[in-house]
Amino acid sequence: MNIHEYQAAEILKGYGIPINQGIVATTPDEVAAAAGQLGGTVVVKAQVHTGGRGKAGGVKLAHSPEEAREVGSRILGMDIRGHTVHKVLVAPGVDIAREYYLGVVIDRAARGITIMASSAGGVDIEEVARETPEKIHREAANPFLGFHDYQARRLAFKLGIEPDLVGGFARIARQLFEAFVQSDASLAEINPLVLTADRTWLALDSKITIDDSALVRHPDLEQLRDLQEENATELEARAAGISFVKLDGNIGCVVNGAGLSMATMDAIKHYGGEPANFLDVGGGASAEQVEKALRLVLADSNVRAVLINIFGGITRCDEVARGLLAAMDAVKPTVPFVIRLVGTNQDEGRRILADAGITVVDTMPEAAERVVAAASGAA
Amino acid sequence: MSILVDRQTRLLVQGITGREGSFHTAQMIEYGTNVVAGVTPGGAGKTVHGVPVFNTVEEAVRETGANTSIIYVPARFAPDAIYEAVDAGIALVVCITENIPTLDMVKVYHHVKQSGSRLIGPNCPGLITPGQAKVGIMPGYIHTPGPVGVVSRSGTLTYEVVHALTQAGLGQSTAVGIGGDPIIGTSFVDVLGMFEADPATRAIVMIGEIGGTDEEKAAEYIKAHVTKPVVGFIAGRTAPPGKRMGHAGAIISGGQGTAAEKIAALNAAGVPVAESAQQVAELVREALG
Repeated sequence: MNIHEYQAAEILKGYGIPINQGIVATTPDEVAAAAGQLGGTVVVKAQVHTGGRGKAGGVKLAHSPEEAREVGSRILGMDIRGHTVHKVLVAPGVDIAREYYLGVVIDRAARGITIMASSAGGVDIEEVARETPEKIHREAANPFLGFHDYQARRLAFKLGIEPDLVGGFARIARQLFEAFVQSDASLAEINPLVLTADRTWLALDSKITIDDSALVRHPDLEQLRDLQEENATELEARAAGISFVKLDGNIGCVVNGAGLSMATMDAIKHYGGEPANFLDVGGGASAEQVEKALRLVLADSNVRAVLINIFGGITRCDEVARGLLAAMDAVKPTVPFVIRLVGTNQDEGRRILADAGITVVDTMPEAAERVVAAASGAA
Repeated sequence: MSILVDRQTRLLVQGITGREGSFHTAQMIEYGTNVVAGVTPGGAGKTVHGVPVFNTVEEAVRETGANTSIIYVPARFAPDAIYEAVDAGIALVVCITENIPTLDMVKVYHHVKQSGSRLIGPNCPGLITPGQAKVGIMPGYIHTPGPVGVVSRSGTLTYEVVHALTQAGLGQSTAVGIGGDPIIGTSFVDVLGMFEADPATRAIVMIGEIGGTDEEKAAEYIKAHVTKPVVGFIAGRTAPPGKRMGHAGAIISGGQGTAAEKIAALNAAGVPVAESAQQVAELVREALG
């Protein structure tokens, strides 16, 4: 789960990290009031769950409340990579001497947690990793003992930080690691972590991503979910225990299993079509789940045809077939369907559908080819 | 021959009295798996489908000589179940459970590694040696004994490929679902090494998906160590970056983990990558000559 910058900053503050305390605003008037309250130069930053805010014009300086109001009115409502800006963070302007990157991530290859630091702060760390990988220094946390002080200091020395500032940097690195672990994050980063002109450390921008699987034990973090940032259908799907990702195409997909669902999308693309969604009804694929899945897919007005691809292992095909009929009956779809049903009790499942006048296709390539044809025919 | 599970497997089911555990115990017994014990804390004295239930894994091992365990307990109890199995000396632990927090798995992974036991999964369908033992949730009847080793991060997609292989007359030595999570106990490289060493395996099918770099590592390993023909399949060519595609591990992040990179790495290692399950079977048939 993604959270906003201002929410991440609040979490980090709770672990003792010095943050550039700002004020959240949702209207130009609130932006002006916040700027007045903070005084001096402020920075107005779009709060959206996507990167590249600066390049998109979502981060601007303002030197007075009037200018802040004007800047705020431009940023609020702006679209940044498909995300509408509903909130901005108004924060004090900072006199920056140096910028660093500090991050904690899950290192899948090492099956562990890695702490990364770079003197190339304030820029996209992926770009640094690509262009100048030697500028990124790493430390692997011990899986049982965590991140040691000496490792934090070693990072500071590698970055060329002066001895009198090493302690402060190392403390923030350890606090960030602690925040990462306690929040069950998959990413926690401060970018940039700045050294101000008066030689103090300040986390100017931060980002935290929470492990979805761990949210059950963090009801406080679940509260940080911004429903405006999430696709309504994806939210509805999650409530129903269905994995759903909205895509841009016009062929709806209802599949059981994540890998099979991806492979189904790939097959559609292979035959010249575009999938409208990723959808995994879950291993169970019960009648009720399939009906919910169909409703989700058909709620998308772009959908011109639907491919239902079920490999019935645990879920028997007859149960899936009955679910499909019930769903069709309830939803009364107006777009063509292609159904592929293979697995346990497949003959029974196919007979149930055949009795209702629905033909079942045998292989995935055949199903994909047919649904692509159906979608273009109905377009 | 085969890898990991066979007629010598003496299986323990952790969470045997639960809905999933009980259902799949019946299915595994029906397939012919030697299920010797079940464990549910507080369930000692019961039997499930004729299988005796114990309070602890330690007791179950002592009483029945169980050497393999399969775990069907909910996510919040699953890491503890893995620790219990490993600490009781179970050599092979298969964890079906989905949604175990990643940071729990960091500790589990390293503890299992230090113990010398092997963990398959979590978030996997298990594994099967056709005709000998099914330790998982896959439909047994789609499998048939033969020379093809299958290793996959997926569940139903594996069934799809196995089904296509069987229909093409190509049986399987062992089919292993390693799981769709970011951190899993056994990787492609581990299983490839076992198939390479297994005399009954003559060709290998590797089914990957977006996310992480395990397929790239496997490609390097194949180039250096695998003499048997390998056929690849990668799901998620059309997946958008930054979105979790069902499996917690199936996400393109930081520009890493795309299907294109994985396919390129496999091709560079001399591994053809199929576009459909049917094509996997065709490529395996060609490779076997």
